[in-house]
Amino acid sequence: MKSKQLKFLIGSIAILVALVYFGYQGFNESMSYFQTVPELYASGDKAFDRKSIKVQGEVIKGSIRREGAATVFAIGPTDFKVPEGFTPGPETQTLAIRYVGSDAIPDTFRDYASAIVTGRMRKDGTFEGTFIQAQCASKYERENAAGVTAANQ
Amino acid sequence: MAQFGQFALAIAFIVAIYAIVASLIGIRARNDKLIASGRNAAVCNCIAISTAVFSLGYLFLTNDFSVAYIAAHSSIDLPLHFKISSIWGGQEGSLLFWSWILTVYSALVIIQNRNRHRAMMPYVTAVLTGTSLFFTAMHLFVANPFKLGGIQMPGGPVSLFHPNDGAGLNPLLQDTLMVIHPPMLYAGLVGLAVPYAFAIAALITRQLGDTWIRTTRRWTMATWGILGIGVLLGGNWAYHELGWGGFWAWDPVENASLMPWLIGTAFLHSVMVQEKKGMLKIWNVVLIVAAYTMSIFGTTLTRSGLVDSVHAFAKSDIGGYFMAFIVVTVSGAAYLILDRLPYLKAENQMGSIVSRESSFLFNNLVLLVSCFAVLWGTMFPVLSEWWNGNKITVGAPFFNRVNVPIAIFLLFLTGVGPLLAWRKASTNSLKRNFLIPAAIALASGIPLYLFGVNHFYAWLSLVMSIFVGIIIIREFYKGAQARAYGTGERFHEAIVNLTMRNTRRYGGYIIHFGFVLLFIGWSGQAFSEKVRLPESRIGSHFQIHQFDLRVEDMGVRQGPNYAAQYASVSLYEYGRKIAMMSPEWRKYGGRDQQGTTEVAIHSTLKSDMYLVFQGSTDGVSGDFTIYYNPLVMWVWIGGAVLGIGTLIALLPNRQTASKKRQPSKAEQTEEIGQAV
Repeated sequence: MKSKQLKFLIGSIAILVALVYFGYQGFNESMSYFQTVPELYASGDKAFDRKSIKVQGEVIKGSIRREGAATVFAIGPTDFKVPEGFTPGPETQTLAIRYVGSDAIPDTFRDYASAIVTGRMRKDGTFEGTFIQAQCASKYERENAAGVTAANQ
Repeated sequence: MAQFGQFALAIAFIVAIYAIVASLIGIRARNDKLIASGRNAAVCNCIAISTAVFSLGYLFLTNDFSVAYIAAHSSIDLPLHFKISSIWGGQEGSLLFWSWILTVYSALVIIQNRNRHRAMMPYVTAVLTGTSLFFTAMHLFVANPFKLGGIQMPGGPVSLFHPNDGAGLNPLLQDTLMVIHPPMLYAGLVGLAVPYAFAIAALITRQLGDTWIRTTRRWTMATWGILGIGVLLGGNWAYHELGWGGFWAWDPVENASLMPWLIGTAFLHSVMVQEKKGMLKIWNVVLIVAAYTMSIFGTTLTRSGLVDSVHAFAKSDIGGYFMAFIVVTVSGAAYLILDRLPYLKAENQMGSIVSRESSFLFNNLVLLVSCFAVLWGTMFPVLSEWWNGNKITVGAPFFNRVNVPIAIFLLFLTGVGPLLAWRKASTNSLKRNFLIPAAIALASGIPLYLFGVNHFYAWLSLVMSIFVGIIIIREFYKGAQARAYGTGERFHEAIVNLTMRNTRRYGGYIIHFGFVLLFIGWSGQAFSEKVRLPESRIGSHFQIHQFDLRVEDMGVRQGPNYAAQYASVSLYEYGRKIAMMSPEWRKYGGRDQQGTTEVAIHSTLKSDMYLVFQGSTDGVSGDFTIYYNPLVMWVWIGGAVLGIGTLIALLPNRQTASKKRQPSKAEQTEEIGQAV
């Protein structure tokens, strides 16, 4: 191999190695397990060790309330019917969440919204959220899909 | 009208098949009439798809809610311009819109080149119409915008359903930018199909010189510029509409539009090496195939529900068809490239590591790594789930850690690359060109640090912006000075004439300068601040940097199709009142009672005050979030400069009107050589 080509090769490899290293750092910093509520419960004790989990579920109707600076709510399966004396937990595959993040709660977050909450599992079985994404459009489209455009199926 | 649109699609389908068959048989049989007929069919295809688009528009304007797509995306009280933008507001319509742009481009390119490139054009027609055929099949059989609404009776038949009013357009899409942004983005993404079609035609006909590149240069350039501005408009929409204080979140939908742009940028640069040196022929074909594939893949990604996104379209089953289409196009292209390898031999050897071609090579390398990293990060949840069942997502830190250094390195190359000589830059020329800008940039780094720019990448990016900015301004200055001296023109005339006589080179510099401004804006991101103020009462005030905000009033008002709560907040800077900000919290009518924030932004060149009001329950206190975002406006200014530079680069070179002499052949070649 000619020395010119060798220089290119060394230069390129140096750049690539540096970038892979940066990527690795960023990966470790921001990786997060993306789970539904049942998957979260199924992962058992491992859930408590994971630094960051994104848990997805539908916001249970009437569960959103304020506790000082925090917002408390519960998520669960789609169209969950709230029973008498309901407390969120593994039996009903629902999860109590305490949102303590500094970001404003998104516009789309409300009853029945599909929410993705980033945070970690606490020993008391509640989930401490630091970031909320809520997807309302999907519900919106789903209603349409179920109703108006049912003929498509 | 729905049947009419449906019929137009059916015509388009048949005409497209005919165009492909006629073009391919025509070229094999060397039958000019048949080729011309294929060409005309491609134009008819465009007319048919246009008819379908206008039919859909008509259905929106006449509130025909018997059509499912209209019922799902419009309502009687929706303002006119949003009814028009609803055409591309949902899955089916946006695909049709995609098709429409494709067929319009195809018709233009086919008519433009009808008497040129006789061997290549029938294949170009076939490839473009083939793509259109795929989309028309999607409209007809998978995602039909003209499908009538219906209700499935439990256990019974489906009966037609004609609601009195529609569900309305998603409130987040009821924004003026959403009228412009998607068409811009599509116009950019779809435009990649043109150079792709020419590349394939070049491969088939074994005409692998730079003809296909020269023919499509303006297409590629225009497409690239439109795509870039489309991406930035998307950022601008997110910034003022979504209310989280930023304009880029590495969301899959955003990434989907960025990836083809990154490869397109690489392509735009590497074709210059082929034009000038006859090298990188394989590479360029690979790049354009990759860019085109990414644009289709991006379209798939945002519509198939493959990855979770905050603002994706509904989940649907079109993903499989699109993936199949991608597999066909990629494997077809791969076969052609491998088969034609002997025709893709380089005519020259690589020069020194400090040379123009080397700067292009590194530009390409890091742009591709960047695209790969974005792809990897976007697809990682899917990949990790396949791998071991755990769906693992990566966030902004991953994307930033890889892409920020790449971006700054690219900025460095924009400054240095165009001034390096081909083959090998001499030490002398390096000193002459870069010593002073480097010295000034480094010297200004000290006060920057002292004024509080203590974030390493932000500092580096600002220093690099100064370095590159000076280099570009000096190029204009030196060029204009020499010209003014030689022609006796005044200095400002010389700048204009200089630019107009070599639009490609100086347009390129202006584009690069747009990036300098973008980097200044991006650097400000490192110093953004956010304060959340829950339950603030009328009369309360809060301070951030030199600003002071005071809540003056809250109230309600009625919009055309929404009810709004508003807050009036006075903004003081150094104790002097500079603005009145009125953020709103809106609730739109229709089936979906979703509330949305309308942020109030006070922008200056120095910083933005960005105020979010999240409504009040009692009329006297409400939740606010304030964002202090330095330098954001430079991002939008940079985007505008980028657009202007692209436009200039697209203009034909003006010959000097005052001079009688024609530039000699040698001079023309030299000019092309200097072109960046």
